[in-house]
Amino acid sequence: MGRITLDKVSKNFGDLQVIPPLDLTIDDGEFTVFVGPSGCGKSTLLRLIAGLEDVTSGQIRIDKQDATHVPPAKRGLAMVFQSYALYPHMSVRKNIAFPMKMAKVPVEEQNRRIEAAANALNLSDYLDRRPGQLSGGQRQRVAIGRAIVREPSAFLFDEPLSNLDAALRVGMRLEISELHERLETTMIYVTHDQVEAMTMADKIVVLHAGVIEQVGSPLELYHTPRNKFVAGFIGSPKMNFIEGEEAAKHGAHTIGIRPEHIEVSGETGTWSGVVSVSEHLGSDTFFHVHGTGLADTITVRAGGEVGFRHGDRIFMTPRADVIHKFDAEGLRIA
Amino acid sequence: MARAITSQRKALNTALAWGVGLLIFFPILWTILTSFKTEAQAISDPPVFLFFDWTLENYSVVQQRSDYGRFLWNSIIIAGGSTILGIIIAVPAAWSMAFVPSKRTKDILLWMLSTKMLPAVGVLYPIYLIFIKLGLLDTKTGLVIVLMLINLPIIVWMLYTYFKEIPGEILEAARMDGATLREEVLYILTPMAIPGIASTLLLNVILAWNEAFWTLNLTAAKAAPLTAFIASYSSPEGLFYAKLSAASTMAIAPILILGWFSQKQLVSGLTFGAVK
Repeated sequence: MGRITLDKVSKNFGDLQVIPPLDLTIDDGEFTVFVGPSGCGKSTLLRLIAGLEDVTSGQIRIDKQDATHVPPAKRGLAMVFQSYALYPHMSVRKNIAFPMKMAKVPVEEQNRRIEAAANALNLSDYLDRRPGQLSGGQRQRVAIGRAIVREPSAFLFDEPLSNLDAALRVGMRLEISELHERLETTMIYVTHDQVEAMTMADKIVVLHAGVIEQVGSPLELYHTPRNKFVAGFIGSPKMNFIEGEEAAKHGAHTIGIRPEHIEVSGETGTWSGVVSVSEHLGSDTFFHVHGTGLADTITVRAGGEVGFRHGDRIFMTPRADVIHKFDAEGLRIA
Repeated sequence: MARAITSQRKALNTALAWGVGLLIFFPILWTILTSFKTEAQAISDPPVFLFFDWTLENYSVVQQRSDYGRFLWNSIIIAGGSTILGIIIAVPAAWSMAFVPSKRTKDILLWMLSTKMLPAVGVLYPIYLIFIKLGLLDTKTGLVIVLMLINLPIIVWMLYTYFKEIPGEILEAARMDGATLREEVLYILTPMAIPGIASTLLLNVILAWNEAFWTLNLTAAKAAPLTAFIASYSSPEGLFYAKLSAASTMAIAPILILGWFSQKQLVSGLTFGAVK
């Protein structure tokens, strides 16, 4: 079981309030991702749950038990750190065994779990090596192995993939998702990368300046962002925001259109503009367009075969059914 | 881009480095050579370098005249004792400064270091009086305490720098893995800090061994270490260069040998953290 409840939890560092009181429930077996820009408090929130930081006020419950003042080791949670945090003087085997040694698990049982974890994570050939002799991806697997053998009620991941290169990151992302499918254990995953959040999460918690902006499934956040911040943060490339006269036509202070929801044409359309940069990815093409009568550059996503170039005049038509409307405070207008 | 270094340039650098190295080592070499000369050859003009009648006479005279073993034993007790006592006190201090720093930690560290800038003679009088009062004058205990205090700032600084290099996340991982503070220290921190503790130990043994100001001023006969042994041969009357050299060689030999065998450890310890 691994249901985690935060009840009016807040955190101050000295006089600075990094997390104003917030409520959040993470259900058993759920893959929850905390996402937000750097300094939004997502790692602090994870560390509060882990018990590595003390809450300033409020209550943390794990499986209905008050865990607010329980030391980290007694919470039944396992954590995977960004820097892997392996013990450099121990072999891979001893690293993985360490939490079991602390818990005084019998040696035969330790060995059984080490073998199982090593098999699952492709580490069997490396058990007698030191962390220093492993690649980044292997180190991260050891860190995950060390977490698995504890059989925790929940896994906490603190930006576990940000030290890996892009190709490896995609691979490890899949492995962690598969691990979740297999273990069905609660996982809380912190990242600043919205692609990781969208691809892995059952539930995304978008944080901004210590405040939860929205909680929901990836597609909920994509289709019905609660405010401009979430709308801009989720989705890549970023949503276009247009203010003024064009927004007023839709009865809003600001309208938002995702780049993939704009049709481009060489002849006719709602808005016209001049292409400043075109990025050809093969599968897609991104155009950055200076719109006539529009304040900001518009980003448009078109098919890979669309061949406009720098300086071309093009026409753009937003799909009417997916225009997001926001009021002056940046909140969504239903 | 890597800087291109010609082989000519490399040879020049090597020669220069050897030159500087020999220049620094020359006084020690000269002392050792002189210890094997007769008193007459020792002061001959022009000086002889290698072609003289090698003799062990000075060593036997020095050995007969004074009890080298006793001085050596005192040196070992004083250098070793002050270092071990210093480490015992410095480890918890450096520990708390590195892992639970307060707003004043940096100030305290700098203040501790600033005591090293005070001329030692400035506190000789009060310490001398305290030693008389406590009956510590010319005792090994007294010297162990004074040398420990003198070197404590350096020990704390060195250990602090080492502990600082141990990433906090590793300790947090241990905490998450269920380690108590004792287990964290025993299984994670100490093994990781052993190279640091070892080179701190080594450097302080050397510093304490070579310390002359306090050992000369606070001892007479009983507790005198090898520094006093050398000093007893630099008499104002008569010239006994060869015997003084023999005494010096005997005094520095143990630490020279220790330094030679541990130089790798020492250098890596002193440059720790400079290059990741």
